[in-house]
Amino acid sequence: MAPAISLRGVTKRFLTPSGGVYTALHDVDLAVEPGEFCAVVGPTGCGKSTTLALISGLEPPSEGEVQVLGKPVSGIADGIGYVFQSDAVFPWKTVLENVAAGPRYHGAANREARDRARDWISRVGLAGFEDRYPYQLSGGMRKRVALAQSLINGPRILLMDEPFSALDVQTRSLMENELLALWSASSASVVFVTHDLEEAISLSDRVFVLTAGPGTVKSNYKVDLPRPRNVAEIRFQPRFAEIYEELWSDLRDEVLVSYERQKRSGAA
Amino acid sequence: MSAVATAERPVSDLAARRARDARRRQLTVQGLRVLTAVVWLGSWELTTRLGWVDKFFFSQPSEIALRLWTWISEGTALGPLWYQVYVTMEETVLGFAVGSILGIAFGVTLGGNRLLSDVFSPYIKAANSIPRVVLGALFAISLGLDIRSKVATAAILVFFVVFFNAFQGVREVDRNLIANARILGADNRRLTTEIIIPSALSWIMASLHTSFGLALVGAVVGELFGATAGVGELIYSAEHLFDAAGVFAGILLLAAVALVAESLITALENRLIKWRPQVVVETKFG
Ligand SMILES: Nc1ncnc2c1ncn2[C@@H]1O[C@H](COP(=O)(O)OP(=O)(O)OP(=O)(O)O)[C@@H](O)[C@H]1O
Ligand SMILES: [Mg+2]
Repeated sequence: MAPAISLRGVTKRFLTPSGGVYTALHDVDLAVEPGEFCAVVGPTGCGKSTTLALISGLEPPSEGEVQVLGKPVSGIADGIGYVFQSDAVFPWKTVLENVAAGPRYHGAANREARDRARDWISRVGLAGFEDRYPYQLSGGMRKRVALAQSLINGPRILLMDEPFSALDVQTRSLMENELLALWSASSASVVFVTHDLEEAISLSDRVFVLTAGPGTVKSNYKVDLPRPRNVAEIRFQPRFAEIYEELWSDLRDEVLVSYERQKRSGAA
Repeated sequence: MSAVATAERPVSDLAARRARDARRRQLTVQGLRVLTAVVWLGSWELTTRLGWVDKFFFSQPSEIALRLWTWISEGTALGPLWYQVYVTMEETVLGFAVGSILGIAFGVTLGGNRLLSDVFSPYIKAANSIPRVVLGALFAISLGLDIRSKVATAAILVFFVVFFNAFQGVREVDRNLIANARILGADNRRLTTEIIIPSALSWIMASLHTSFGLALVGAVVGELFGATAGVGELIYSAEHLFDAAGVFAGILLLAAVALVAESLITALENRLIKWRPQVVVETKFG
């Protein structure tokens, strides 16, 4: 079967404000199977968010090819959900209007869009908050709005950029379990960016480790833990510890490289 | 000891005390405001009565009040008072509307289009740098002495302020929100109406506060260049007669009009931008 997402020899360069060229990603090869839940980990600044931007079509690659659902990416395609790293819910829309935006943009009648939005709002546990504006919600609640906003369109590809990093541990494992339940009821392929190795292993089927910037895929681990999983308990399994150890020895080197580099550029 | 008592008091009690404190503060502020007015007007009245300050140039509060009363009860030299206020308000509101609609339209268009904004920016900067009230003279010649020249003067003053704010507002739209809307499937029209304009609206609303005042300036200046009615004309003809009380009375009228308009705009803002945490308007100079 053709992969749902594939990056082949992808390089991404940015122009810096001073006129130089900065290579964010270098020769990245990565494939995600249909229905697969993948995590991408790597030190800060290694190009994880950039990878998602390339898959979504928000940014074109400088070299190489990005394919989604068997077609080369040129601009934003349909069927993609994207939960951004920073808050991206619309501050002037209520929770209901925020969640109903996707269906409305796809031509659904107002009424139908609202009905579907209500359903999704209760699925992410926000029933009763339909008429609040984002500034009246907590950070975790805003993330739920973002999640419902992306999922309501029934995406076949779901891109998530550190969606739970701002949440406390309890809320976080709650939401992780919810995410797994929602995902297993769909047939979406997920790319989940995180810097938390435990989160990456407990959620996904496969973990990609990126090198310190310019990022390239250093290793690619299959996570053979059984499903359905309970993220709060799975980390106590012996197999989890084995995978963690392997991945961490890979990631640690890159984090150190990245840290040394930042220290040096900070001192310079 | 009092700390213990506070800790044990129920929440509703605490809320009641907060409300009482707020009320007391409110009373203090109002009282001091009245006191300021009394001191200011009293010393004005006193110094002019004692002849320390020349009443001929500076008039005096009692005389201004009397003049206002005469205008209200017997009408002005130009006709009934309400008509003068009406004429000036009509010019102001029309100028404000024309200026802000054009300002928003041009600001949003140019803000969203790199090529257009690059082409027009030197011209707009040049036009902005001339003192625009002098255009009132030009309009008086080209559009005649009827309402059109006043509306045009008011509109041109309003236009630039609103234009720059709308332009900047569009430029400052969060890239993330645009990306999110596009991923969710928004087309260009939806992007403009649902993301760009609402986002720019807080900038635009901020400019409307200042620009209503400017519209009033435009209308009054337009009247100075030639008119048969209006509060500006009223001030102008009083000045011709060296009637300081008439000038002050006219200024007072303008101030009252501006205050009413300001509160209307604040009400409109609170309706349009209810998604923002409510700003405390109390402590602001209104
Ligand atoms: N638009 C841009 N212009 C210039 N440089 C950019 C741009 N976007 C990203 N970069 C650079 O590319 C590199 C990778 O950025 P990216 O946001 O993908 O990192 P990340 O892995 O998501 O980091 P984090 O974990 O901190 O979110 C960074 O060094 C960043 O400075
Ligand atoms: Mg990132």
